[in-house]
Amino acid sequence: MYLKIAQFILILILSPFLFGVINRTKAFFAGRKGSPLLQLYYDIFKLLRKGAVYSTTTSKFFIAGPIVSLSAVLTALLLIPFAGQPALISFDGDIVLFIYLLGLARFFTVLAALDTGSSFEGMGASREVQFAMFVEPALFLSLAVLTRITGQSSLSGIFSNARMSSWVTYDPLIILVLGALFIVFLAENSRIPVDDPNTHLELTMIHEVMVLDHGGVDFAYIMYSAGIKFWLFGTLLVGIFLKGYSCGQVTASVVFILGMILLAVIVGIVESTLARLRLLKVPHFLIVALALAIVALIISMR
Amino acid sequence: MQIVFYSLTILIVSGLLALCLNRFFKPANFIGALGAISGCIVGLISLFIVYNNPASAVLTIPWTVPYGSLSLAMDNLGILFLFLIFIVSALSALYGMESLRCYSGKKNIGSLWLFFNLLIASMVFIVLARNAILFLLAWEMMAISSFFLVVFAGEKKAVAKAGLIYLIATHIGTLFLLVMFGLLGNSSGSFDFSSWKIAPSGFMPSIIFLCALIGFGTKSGFMPMHIWLPETYPAAPNNVAAVLSGVMSKTGIYGLIRILTFLGMPCSWWGYLLIAMGIISGILGILFALAQHDLKRLLAYSSIENIGIISIGMGVGILGMSTHNPVLMVLGFSGSLLHVINHAFFKALLFLGAGAVLDKTQTMEMDVLGGLFKKMPITGISFLIGAAAICGLPPLNGFISEFLIYLAAFKGILGAGSIVFVSLGIIAALALIGAVAVACFTKVFGIIFLGQPRSVLSLEARDPGILMRISMLILAFCCFFIGLAAPFMVNGFAVIIAEVSGTQMMIEYTLAEVIQPLRYIVSGSLLLYGFILLLVFIRWLLLRGRRIESALTWDCGYAKPSPKMQYTASSFAQPIVNFFKGILRTKKHASKINEYFPDSFGFKTETADLFSEKVFNPMLKSVHDLTEKLTWVQHGQLQIYILYILFTLLALFIWKL
Repeated sequence: MYLKIAQFILILILSPFLFGVINRTKAFFAGRKGSPLLQLYYDIFKLLRKGAVYSTTTSKFFIAGPIVSLSAVLTALLLIPFAGQPALISFDGDIVLFIYLLGLARFFTVLAALDTGSSFEGMGASREVQFAMFVEPALFLSLAVLTRITGQSSLSGIFSNARMSSWVTYDPLIILVLGALFIVFLAENSRIPVDDPNTHLELTMIHEVMVLDHGGVDFAYIMYSAGIKFWLFGTLLVGIFLKGYSCGQVTASVVFILGMILLAVIVGIVESTLARLRLLKVPHFLIVALALAIVALIISMR
Repeated sequence: MQIVFYSLTILIVSGLLALCLNRFFKPANFIGALGAISGCIVGLISLFIVYNNPASAVLTIPWTVPYGSLSLAMDNLGILFLFLIFIVSALSALYGMESLRCYSGKKNIGSLWLFFNLLIASMVFIVLARNAILFLLAWEMMAISSFFLVVFAGEKKAVAKAGLIYLIATHIGTLFLLVMFGLLGNSSGSFDFSSWKIAPSGFMPSIIFLCALIGFGTKSGFMPMHIWLPETYPAAPNNVAAVLSGVMSKTGIYGLIRILTFLGMPCSWWGYLLIAMGIISGILGILFALAQHDLKRLLAYSSIENIGIISIGMGVGILGMSTHNPVLMVLGFSGSLLHVINHAFFKALLFLGAGAVLDKTQTMEMDVLGGLFKKMPITGISFLIGAAAICGLPPLNGFISEFLIYLAAFKGILGAGSIVFVSLGIIAALALIGAVAVACFTKVFGIIFLGQPRSVLSLEARDPGILMRISMLILAFCCFFIGLAAPFMVNGFAVIIAEVSGTQMMIEYTLAEVIQPLRYIVSGSLLLYGFILLLVFIRWLLLRGRRIESALTWDCGYAKPSPKMQYTASSFAQPIVNFFKGILRTKKHASKINEYFPDSFGFKTETADLFSEKVFNPMLKSVHDLTEKLTWVQHGQLQIYILYILFTLLALFIWKL
C-alpha cells in the first residue's frame, strides 16, 4: 500500500518531464538547442506564482473547468497500473471508470471554453467533442480486445506482470491494438497529426484553443493535467510492450520509465516528421483507429 | 395497504375540489398542488409500511365488472416504481404550484390539477393492479388524463397536433395490449394476474411478448414507436413534461417487466431483440437530440436514448436468464432498474430546469439564449448536475447504471458464441452514445447558460422562486446521492430480480460480486471529491492577496467581441450532424446574397424525425389513398344506406340458411 502511494507520487513528479523529452527530440530534428528538459516544471511553477485575469464574459463556472478536469485525471491515475504492479484502485470494469473520468475532464474543459463566449474556443470545443465520438469507441474496443485476450476486465489485470505464455501467440492482434491505441494516444494528447500543441493562434487547433483564456493557477492546472494525461495513455502503450517482462520490482520500474521516455522520443519523431492533417481529414485518421480495433476484435473472436 | 387508498382519495378529491374552484385561480392552484403533494406523501408512507410488513401487501375487493376483480397488490417491483411515481410527481407538483402561475387569468387551472392528480392516481393503479381489466382501465385513464394535460396549454396548432398524435399513438399501443391480455386470459381462463403463473407453451409466449413490446414500447418511446414523444413533451406544461418523461414513460417499462413474470423462461431472441431496439433507440435518439434547436424537443429525444439504455439492460438480463448465466442476468436487470430510477430523477430535473428558463425568457430556442448561469445560478447548477448525470459521468448516478450494463458486456465478451458479438455491439454502442451525449449536453449547457446573452430575451432572467428552486435542488441532490449510495440500492434489487426471474439462481451471491466494483467506484468518487476540494484549497491559498483582474475575452486582438460572434448551438453541433447527414437529413435553408453589402442574411436548419418522415407519413398516406378509393360507397343518401342494410341482412339470411 505504501509502496503504491510512493509510486503514485513518483508519477505525479515524473509525468511533466516527458514533455521536455518531446521538445528536446523536436529540437534535435530542427537543429536547435531546445528548451531545458525541465521546461514544463518551470512553466508550471511560474504560473503558480501569478495572479489571475478573467474575462468579463466568464461566470464562476470558468474556474471549475481546470479544477474538475485535473481532479478527474488524477482520479484516473489511481486506476493505472505502474510497471506491472496493480494500481491503487482496481476492480472488474475499472476500464469504464477510467474512460468516463476522462469524459468528465472533457465535459468540463469544453464547457469552460464555451464560457468565454469566444468563437475560437467554441470552434475548438466543437471539434473536441466531435473527435471524442471516434476516439472513445476506439479506446473502448481496443481495451475490449485486451480484455478478451487476457480474460481480465480491469486495467491492472490486463497489464499485470504475470507472464502470459499465450501473449506471443496473439501477436498480430497485439500489433493491431497497438496501432489503434497509438492513434487514440496521439488524439487524446492533442499531438500531431491530429492537433498541434505549439500553435496557439491558428484555426486548425483543438485543445490549445479551448484553454486560450485561462491563466495563472488555472492554466498551471491545465498544463499539469496534460502531463498526467500523457502518462495515462502512455502507460497503456508501454504496458502492452512490457507485459510479461518479469524481473525485480526496481528493475521493472526503471525499464518502465525508460519505456515512457522512449515513447516521448517516438512522439517527438512523429511530430518532427509528419505534418498536421487537414482538419476535415482528422476523422478519417481516427476512424482508422476504430477500424483497427474492430479488425482485432473480429480476429479475436475466431 | 389500505393507506394507499387514502393517498388516492386525497389525489382525486383535491383534483375535483380544484376543478370546483376553477373560477378562483389562486385557491384552485393551491388546493390542487397541495392535494398532489400530500397524496404523494401519504403514498410514500404506505410504501414504507408495506415494505416493512409484506403481509399487508395484497387486497381483493369484490367488483361487479365482468371478468374484473378489484385485486391489488404491492410487491418489491411495484414498490420501486411507486416510489419513483410519488417522489417525482410530488416534486413536479411543488414546482407547478409556482410555475403554473403564468396561466393566471388565461386558463382554468383547476382542470389541469384534476388531470394531473388523476394521472398520478392512474399510474399508481397501474402498478397496483392485479387484474387485466383493472389494468387496462387504469392504462386508459392515464392516457386520457395525460392527453388533456398535453393539450392544456394549447391555442397553437402545434399543441393540438401533438395531442392528436399522442392520442392515436397511445391507442395503437393499447390495441396491442388488448390483444396481449386477451391471449393471456384466453389461455388460462381468467383475467387475474395470479392465475397466469403457468406459462402457455408453444409460440404463444413469443406472440404475447411481441404484443407487450409494441404496446408498452409505444408508451416508453422505443425507437420505431417513438414518433409521438418529440411532439408531446414540448407541448406539455413544464412540470407535466417532467412527470410524462420521468415516470409515465416508465410505466411501459414496468408493464413489460410485469408481463415477463408471466411468461416463464424467456427465449433468447427476446433478449437480442430488446438489445437491438435499445441500441437503435440509444444511438438515433441521442443523434437526433444533438441536431435539435428547441431545448424541450432535445430533451424528448434524449429520453428515447435513455429508454434505449434501459432496454439494452433488460435485453442483457433476459439473455442471462435464457442462457442460465446469473452474472449477465443480475447485471443486466440491476443496470436497467437503476437506470429507470436515475432517468426519472435527472430527466425530471432537466425538464424542470428547462421550465425555469422558459418561464423567465419565454423561449426554448437555444440559439437566442446565453449567459444564464450568471443570472440564474441555482437553476444553472441544478441543470449542470442533471446534464452531467445524463451523460453518465462519474461521480453522479447515471454512471453507475451505465457501468453495470458495461460490466455485463465486458463479462459477456469473455464468453463464447453469439453473446460475445452482442456484448461487443453493446460496448461500441454505449461508447458512441456516451460520447455523443457529452457533445449534446455540453452544447445545451454551454450555449444556454454560459457565454454572453445572445438576445434581449435572456437579459431579464433571474432565478425562479423558492418552490421551483427547492424542487430542482432536491432532484439534483438525488443525482448526487444515488451516485454514492448505489451499492446499497443495488443490493436491494436482489428481491426484485428474484421476483422477475422467478428463480433464485445464485442472485444473492452474484450480486455480492457485483457490488464489490460499485464499492470501489464510490471510493473513487469520494477521492474525486477530495481532489476537487484539495485543488480548490490550493487555488485559494495561492491566489490569496494576489491581484485578480478582469479583461475582455481574448479574440486575437479584436477589441470589440460581440455576443453575435459566439458559437451557436447549431455551429457547435454541425461537425457531428454533418457526419451523420445520411441519417439525420437536416434541411438547410439559407437566403441568397446578391449584393456586396447585404442588409441581412438568414440561415436555418431543421431536423425532422426520420421515422415520421420516411416510414409513418408515407404509410399513413398510402392508407389514406387506399381508403380514398372507397369513397364512392358513401353518397350521403339515406336510401342507399338503407339499401346497404337490406343487402347485408339478405346476405346474413343466406349465410344462415
